[in-house]
Amino acid sequence: MNKSIIELKDIKRNFKVGNEIVHALRGVSFTVREGEFVTIMGTSGSGKSTLLNILGCLDTPTSGEYLLDGVPVRAMGKNERARLRNHKIGFVFQSYNLLAKTTAVENVELPLMYNSRISASERKGRAVNALTAVGLGDRLMHKSNQMSGGQMQRVAIARALVNDPAVILADEATGNLDTRTSFEILVLFQKLHAEGRTIIFVTHNPEIAQYSSRNIVLRDGQIKEDKVNEHILSAAGALAALPVPAED
Amino acid sequence: MNGTNLFKIALRALNNNKTRAFLTMLGIIIGVASVITMLAIGQGSKKSIQAQIAEMGSNMIMIHPGADMRGGVRQDPSAMQTLKLEDYYNIRDEGKYISAISPSVNSSGQLIYGSHNAPSTIYGVSQDYLTIRQLSVEDGDMFTDQDIQTSAKVCIVGKTVVDNLFPGGGDPVGKVIRFNSIPFRITGVLKSKGYNSMGMDQDDVILAPYTTIMKRILAITYLQGINCSAITEDMTDQAIEDITSILRRNHKLKEDADDDFTIRSQQELSSMMNSTTDLMTILLACIAGISLVVGGIGIMNIMYVSVTERTREIGLRMSVGARGIDILSQFLIEAILISVTGGVIGVILGVGASFAVKYIAHWPIFIQGWSVMLSFIVCTVTGIFFGWYPAKKAAALDPIEAIRYE
Ligand SMILES: Nc1ncnc2c1ncn2[C@@H]1O[C@H](COP(=O)(O)OP(=O)(O)OP(=O)(O)O)[C@@H](O)[C@H]1O
Ligand SMILES: [Mg+2]
Repeated sequence: MNKSIIELKDIKRNFKVGNEIVHALRGVSFTVREGEFVTIMGTSGSGKSTLLNILGCLDTPTSGEYLLDGVPVRAMGKNERARLRNHKIGFVFQSYNLLAKTTAVENVELPLMYNSRISASERKGRAVNALTAVGLGDRLMHKSNQMSGGQMQRVAIARALVNDPAVILADEATGNLDTRTSFEILVLFQKLHAEGRTIIFVTHNPEIAQYSSRNIVLRDGQIKEDKVNEHILSAAGALAALPVPAED
Repeated sequence: MNGTNLFKIALRALNNNKTRAFLTMLGIIIGVASVITMLAIGQGSKKSIQAQIAEMGSNMIMIHPGADMRGGVRQDPSAMQTLKLEDYYNIRDEGKYISAISPSVNSSGQLIYGSHNAPSTIYGVSQDYLTIRQLSVEDGDMFTDQDIQTSAKVCIVGKTVVDNLFPGGGDPVGKVIRFNSIPFRITGVLKSKGYNSMGMDQDDVILAPYTTIMKRILAITYLQGINCSAITEDMTDQAIEDITSILRRNHKLKEDADDDFTIRSQQELSSMMNSTTDLMTILLACIAGISLVVGGIGIMNIMYVSVTERTREIGLRMSVGARGIDILSQFLIEAILISVTGGVIGVILGVGASFAVKYIAHWPIFIQGWSVMLSFIVCTVTGIFFGWYPAKKAAALDPIEAIRYE
């Protein structure tokens, strides 16, 4: 059995809004092992983003224990968590969040800029490799405002890969893309999965669960369902089956 | 996190928004340029006044009859007759710190030569007067001791007098001109000195033996003044003390009596002038300094707005591992880069403007190394000072909220 990358034990997260306490997470426990591709689903407000923020060390749980790659996160200070994000986590956001007017390479280099142990030449080399891995080897010097949504999301994925993270966290990574481009991105995630990377993918779209190795459903801050997917569909096959867009 | 990377991050961020960076810089550019220009003008006029004073003889000492008038009390006319020839002789023979001395009497009147005439003032002096005022003879000769003993009707004239009386040219030496109908033979012509800083024509002079003026024109036995030169500028104070004791002895003044004469030195005048121009320089620098502060507030304003505008960028940087201190440093470095670059441009512009003032308005300027250094340091400090608050604000953002910020 692969080693566990993420271990959550009875994670709770409360928000205080005025005099009321919102229970966004009410005791969530699960373990993610290396090489898993987990989709997290649930209705709006079920706590998916809250969970992902905790997994990504952007937020700390109100109670419960969280081990990331064997390291307990809950008691960590801000700066230690920043270091952990820098070394062990790759984020992919719904709205890409690229630096404006900045080349693909410089965008991908960003996480490594905050790691002083990596030299300028190594940084550049790794950024180019990551961009090549997401199929943008010929778009290295394109600026973020000169790219399509799908291309921008690829740059964002390359940025999430470049620090060789323990886990890639994606929040609605295909939410802003059309069906075809969504599948292209899914193909990419499946490729990363095949290479042995650990991925946690938050989505609204139940279809996407068919392409992952495991699916967790949240409802009202609790796990409603946690199922291993025995029949993983091929995103590449689905992409090929899509009707070809009409050419003018 | 190392400094090189932070520097690179800040540089890239600025590069992405050149217009904003330039507009932010503008305040600093104007501030630094005006500080340098103002100081150059202030220091320039100080230098030029100092040069004029030196030209007039910086070790000159002037003795006038009568008590110090600075109190504004009106004095008896007889009080103005306290300086005698005896005083002159005694200072000349006994004065220890004096290299040149000349009595001074003068009379205004009309100069006439043929059909040409001009109003002028004739000065009665001794030969030493040339040394004291740093004058020199260009044509002919200075009058002699013999001329002084015999109260000879001879004179030496400046270029302007020559131009006024001999407009057609011709050698004035040996010609006889009239001053208030008394004939004077010209023995020499002084070398031209031009105008001084107060716009006075230094060539509009006519010098004659003091004995001639006292006896033949004014009919007086007292002196209107005595001018002398201290051996060096540093000896001015000792010379004044020495002269004071000689004069008090001559005038038989009691221990507790006030001086019945006044001694002024060029040095005194020069320090008075210096304090005036210093004050002017400070005023100018203050005005310029205010514009530097306004420039700093400009930096703060734009950095502050840009923190809000760049909230998502900050959130993203934090999510990929930037610590608060990294964000703080980035914004601070951006502010410093802006102000230092603005400072460099400001220095170039300020020096350029100073030279423009020199060549277009013909004002004297003087650019001092320290004024350039100072404005440079001030603008860096301004960058840090006014960049701090927005940078602090950026660093304190919550990454989750920042990244979601619309
Ligand atoms: N910062 C916060 N302050 C107060 N309440 C919050 C905060 N963040 C989230 N919540 C609450 O926690 C609950 C879960 O929110 P969360 O954003 O995790 O939902 P979600 O599953 O991601 O929804 P969606 O699918 O719409 O993105 C919601 O009820 C929300 O109002
Ligand atoms: Mg969400």
